[in-house]
Amino acid sequence: MRIALFVTCLADTLFPEAARATVRLLERLGHQVAFPEEQTCCGQMHVNTGYPDDALRLVRRHVRAFAPYDVVVAPSGSCVGSVRHQHAMVARRAGDERLAGRAEEVARHTYELSELLVDVLGVTDVGAYYPHRVTYHPTCHSLRMLRVGDRPLRLLREVRGLDLVELPQAEQCCGFGGTFAVKNADTSTAMLADKMRHVLATRADVCTAGDASCLMHIGGGLSRLRAGVRTVHLAEILASTEAGRSGDPTGRTTEGVAR
Amino acid sequence: MTETFLGLPATAPPGVGHLRGDEPFPVAARRALADPQLRRNLRHATGTIRAKSSAVISEVPDWPELRAAGRAIKSDTMARLPELLEQLEAAVTAAGGTVHWATDAVEANRIVTDLVRATGADRVMKVKSMATQEIGLNEALEAAGIEPVETDLAELIVQLGRDRPSHILVPAIHRNRAEIREVFLREMPGVDPALTDEPAALAAAARRHLRATFLSTKVAVSGANFAVAETGTLAVVESEGNGRMCLTLPETLITVMGIEKVIPTWDDLGVFLQLLPRASTGERMNPYTSMWTGVTPGDGPQQVHLVLLDNGRSAVLADEVGRQVLHCIRCSACLNVCPVYERTGGHAYGSVYPGPIGAVLSPQLTGVADNASLPYASSLCGACFDACPVMIDIPSVLVHLRARHVAERRAAHRMPSAEAVAMAAAAYTMDHPRLYAAAQRAAGLGRIAGRALPPPLNGWTASRDMPAAPPQTFRQWWSERRRDDRP
Repeated sequence: MRIALFVTCLADTLFPEAARATVRLLERLGHQVAFPEEQTCCGQMHVNTGYPDDALRLVRRHVRAFAPYDVVVAPSGSCVGSVRHQHAMVARRAGDERLAGRAEEVARHTYELSELLVDVLGVTDVGAYYPHRVTYHPTCHSLRMLRVGDRPLRLLREVRGLDLVELPQAEQCCGFGGTFAVKNADTSTAMLADKMRHVLATRADVCTAGDASCLMHIGGGLSRLRAGVRTVHLAEILASTEAGRSGDPTGRTTEGVAR
Repeated sequence: MTETFLGLPATAPPGVGHLRGDEPFPVAARRALADPQLRRNLRHATGTIRAKSSAVISEVPDWPELRAAGRAIKSDTMARLPELLEQLEAAVTAAGGTVHWATDAVEANRIVTDLVRATGADRVMKVKSMATQEIGLNEALEAAGIEPVETDLAELIVQLGRDRPSHILVPAIHRNRAEIREVFLREMPGVDPALTDEPAALAAAARRHLRATFLSTKVAVSGANFAVAETGTLAVVESEGNGRMCLTLPETLITVMGIEKVIPTWDDLGVFLQLLPRASTGERMNPYTSMWTGVTPGDGPQQVHLVLLDNGRSAVLADEVGRQVLHCIRCSACLNVCPVYERTGGHAYGSVYPGPIGAVLSPQLTGVADNASLPYASSLCGACFDACPVMIDIPSVLVHLRARHVAERRAAHRMPSAEAVAMAAAAYTMDHPRLYAAAQRAAGLGRIAGRALPPPLNGWTASRDMPAAPPQTFRQWWSERRRDDRP
C-alpha cells in the first residue's frame, strides 16, 4: 500500500526519530511511504490558542498536500484529531464550504499510527523486539478524540521481550495542552508531577505514547528530575527489531535532552 | 413609545453577584496549588465521586441514548426559548403563582427583596441555589436588613465560615471534616463544645441548628432544577430534605430560576431525572425530588413567586457555538473529572461557576473580556465532554471562546499583541516551506540549552527540560535518503 506520511511539525523539527521509525516500520511491513514535501503544520496550535483565522492558510496547505493520497498516517493522535475535528470547522468559519468538504475527505483517509496498523493494515504483531520494561500513557486526544482504545496496547503486547506494565490513573492528562503548559505553567506542572509519580511507581524503564508532544512534556519533567526513565514514541518501539536500528546511525529517540 | 432593538443582548452587569474573580486564573491557581490540604481534600472528594458515578452509570445500558435524548430536548428548548417561557408563565399564573421577569442580577435582587419586604419578614431560609449565588442575593438581602439562612449543609458550612462555594454540587468540597468541626465550634450558636468530627455528629449539630429555622421562618427562597412549560411545575432535587422543608413549610415561596431551566413537557423530566443523579452524586435515584405547581389552597406556601432570570443568558443564546452551554443541568460531573479543577479547586475560577462548565459559562455571561483567562484554564483533555450527561462539547466551546477573546482584543487595540504577531508570523512561515525549513535549521543551530528559555516560554523550562535539537530534521533526513537511494 502507498501511504503518505503526515510527519507533524513537532516530529519533523524536534523528534525526527519518531517519524523515521514510522517510515522504517511501514517499509518493513511491505508498504511504500511517500512524504509530500509541501506539508508543514496542521495549524492545531493556532486553533487551540484562539487564532483560527491564521490557521486557515495551514489547513488549505495541508489539504492540498494530502488530497492526492488514499491513506495518510501520522505518529500523533493530537494532530490527527485536529485534522478530523478542526480543519472543516476552520474552513467553515471562514465561509469556505468547498475547502471544508475537501478537508473532511482528507480527514476520512487520515489515521493515527495504531489505527492504521490495526484497522487498515490488520496487523498487531509487527515483528518488533524491545527488551525493556515499558508503561503506556494514552494521550488525551488518542483516547478521547480518536478513541484509539486498546489498539496501542494490543500492538505493544505482541512486541517480543517487552514487559508491559499498567500505568495507574493512565487516562488522566499529563498537563501538556499546548500553550496551556506555558499560559498555566503552574497547573500544568502540578498535573505533570502526578503523572511522573504514576510513571515512576510502575518502575518502568520507558514511558511510551502515541504523541511526541505529551512525551516531550513528560520526558522534559523526568529529565529535569534525572529520574532515569526514558520517553520513547510508540513508533520507535514498534520499529525496533533484533537487528537494532540498523541503517539509522543518527538514531535518536524522544528521550534526548539538552544538557 | 416603540423600542428598536439594536445590537446583541446585554451581558451580566459588573459590580453585583459572583461571576467575576479578582485576579486571573493562573495567579489564583498558583496560590491554590501551594495548599496541600486543599489538594488532598479535592483529590479525595473528586476521586470518590468519580468512582461512585462511573459505577452507577455503567449499570445503565442505554446511557448513550439517554445523553443524546437530554441533548436533543435541550437543543429543542433553546431553539424556542421565548415561546416556552411564555407558556411557562401562563401555566404558573393559571395555577395561582406570580411570574416576574428579571433582565439581570440587579433587577432580580430588587424583585426578591421587595417581595420579602412586602411579607414583613426579616429572615428567609434558602434552598441551595446557583442562580441566587450568581446574582449575590444574600448580600442584597443583608443590605436590606433581611437575614438569609442557608439550609443545605455544605452551603451552611460555607455561610458560617464566611467562605465562598467552590463546587456546584458540593460547595464545601474544599473543606474536610476537621475543618468543618472548627467552623461549627466557632460560628454555630449554641453548639455543643464537645462536638466531634464524626460526619453523623456534624450533621446532627447542623440539624439541631436548622430545625428552629425551618419551623419559624415564613419566607423561603429557592432555585429550580427544572420548570415544565406545559404544566407550570417547578422541580428541585436535593439530598438532605432541607429543600423539602423550605418548599413546604413557609407561607411565601420565591423561586429564582435561570431562563434556560425550562423544559417543554412533563415527559422530558423523566430523561433528566435519570441523567442528573447518576452523573452528579453517583446515586441511582435522587433522594428528595420536590415538585410544585403554583398554589394548592390550604397546603404548602400560599404565595408562590417565580423570578425568571436572564443575566446574560440571552447573550449566550446568541452565540451559535456557545449556546450549548445553556444545556447544562448543573450536575458538576465535569468538575469531578477535570484534572485542572482537581488541583486548583473552585475558588481559582473566580466565579460561582467553577471547573470546565464555569470556564465556558462565566465568560459568556459576563462577556469574554471580564473573564478572559478562563477559556485558557484547560489542557483540552476532553474528560469533561465525555462526562457531561447532556453532551456539551466543552473543549470546542473553550477553543471558540479563545478565538472570541483574540478577536475582541484585536478589535479593541490598535497595536496587535505580541502573541498575535508571533502567531501570524508562525502561520506565514509554515505556509512557506522554504522559510519553514530555514526556521527549523535556525532552531537547531541556535538551540539554547534546556534549562532556561526567555519569557514567555520560561514557564516551560521552570519545571521541564527542553529537548535538544536533533542533528537533522526529518525532512533533511528524507531528502538525503532519497538522494542516496538514487542509482
